[in-house]
Amino acid sequence: MINVDELYKQQIMEHYRSPRNKGVLENAEIDFFELNPLCGDEIRLTMKLNGGRVKDVKFDGRGCAISQSSASLMTEEFKEKTLDELKKISQEDVLRKLGINVGPGRLKCVLLILKALQRGIFLYEKSEN
Amino acid sequence: MKISEIRADFPILKRKINGKRLVYLDNAATTQKPKAVIDAIKNYYESFNSNIHRAVHTLAEESTEAYENTREKVAGFVNGKSHEIVFTRSTTESLNLVAYSLLAGFEKGSEILVTEMEHHSNFVPWQQACKFYGLKFNVANVNKDAELDMEDFEDKLTNKTKLVAVAHVSNVTGIINNVKEIAETAKEKDVIVAVDGAQAVQSSEVDVKDLGADFYAFSGHKMLAPMGIGVLFGSEEFLEKMRPFNMGGGIIKRVRKDETTWNDIPNKFEAGTQNVEGVVGLSVAIDYLKKIGFDSIKLHEKKIAEKAFKEISSLKDVTVYGGPKRKPIISFNVGDIHPHDVATYLDKFGVAVRAGNHCAAPLMDVFGINGNVRASFYIYNDEDDLDVLIKAIEEARRFFAR
Repeated sequence: MINVDELYKQQIMEHYRSPRNKGVLENAEIDFFELNPLCGDEIRLTMKLNGGRVKDVKFDGRGCAISQSSASLMTEEFKEKTLDELKKISQEDVLRKLGINVGPGRLKCVLLILKALQRGIFLYEKSEN
Repeated sequence: MKISEIRADFPILKRKINGKRLVYLDNAATTQKPKAVIDAIKNYYESFNSNIHRAVHTLAEESTEAYENTREKVAGFVNGKSHEIVFTRSTTESLNLVAYSLLAGFEKGSEILVTEMEHHSNFVPWQQACKFYGLKFNVANVNKDAELDMEDFEDKLTNKTKLVAVAHVSNVTGIINNVKEIAETAKEKDVIVAVDGAQAVQSSEVDVKDLGADFYAFSGHKMLAPMGIGVLFGSEEFLEKMRPFNMGGGIIKRVRKDETTWNDIPNKFEAGTQNVEGVVGLSVAIDYLKKIGFDSIKLHEKKIAEKAFKEISSLKDVTVYGGPKRKPIISFNVGDIHPHDVATYLDKFGVAVRAGNHCAAPLMDVFGINGNVRASFYIYNDEDDLDVLIKAIEEARRFFAR
């Protein structure tokens, strides 16, 4: 059963109401647009790198409280990390960070930012090689 | 019709969700099943489960009889002939069958006309079959009330149009299309008419002759029967000419190494082992609905549709899509709160609604939105259910306010 109060707990709602790192970075090395086919939610992740580390990160787009707060919380984690460190972030890490249990219906919302991160890094490294 | 008595026939309605009474308002997606249907399926497996046709033992004769008797019952339900009823998996499969088998015989450059309000199942099969067979795919617009724009429809009905495909009832707005008028217009140009009846059959018997439908598709699970059983009515004139859709056993008269002759209709379209359990369930579902009476069902739906439309529309920050004349399917948004957040939050109050684009992305584009929340009512929903929904929407609005 869905525990609605747990899903929309204070931390989630706080990031939903005032998202961190919202916006678009110009001339970012990593610039990736991801779509959630379930609901048409969009997310654009831009990251500027310096010496292999994330110097700045922003996300933009529209989506539900879960995908937006997940992006807000996770982008806080991305800062100052190397690409190799970022590549190690797993689905479980994201769920742990958010501290919520989601059913299959909302898992895609939670993981939209992670998918954008993984695809963004993949394409960046491909273009660099 | 007493709603409390009807409710007692549906075991799932006793379930608690988050400690609250289940308020099931996702009927346009699937209806719940009455005990009579559940018992019939159990009885089938306990008493006469057997593969139908081509067997002469008692069980096979009984299952074949149940299967073919239901075909006759369904024929009566839509006012067609028994051999014009094809059992499929779903409305989707019924429509795919027509799209791929019938359109194969169309001249290149012929046109197919659908509408903007179609469910993807009455949109994508035609769109893709058109690409496959070199035909032109046209889409008639809806007006500002999300009703079919008849003028645009007539403009797009050209001398090359060979088939129109239209929903009897929209799964997003509950708007009832005037299929009879659409078919009359189409028939003036000798155009074949295919109707998606998925959202119509749970509250009305259908008269395909009166409607002027050459094909009429629907699903059992939206009318109290199990999932996985669909129906295609096809006028014999066309079914006779069409190639089978699925190839395999049951559809053939004779197979040689280099040649196969097809079985007669409708068996020509029923390849492989059939969903006898689903057919048995469908039979009992039709009986159950007839016992309540379609006039009573329609009256109940009209009342709840009017009240729900009025009350949901008048809520603060709520936008309802489409005009007031409809079946009790009401889709809406609450300010700029994401539909999935609204739907999940309603679950807290035991309310089950759907959120998303409802497999009708072209219509969402017309509305300029990605999705919305849809509440759809049926025979076991009463005014108390509406009250719970209304209160829950208001709670959601307050909770997600920024």
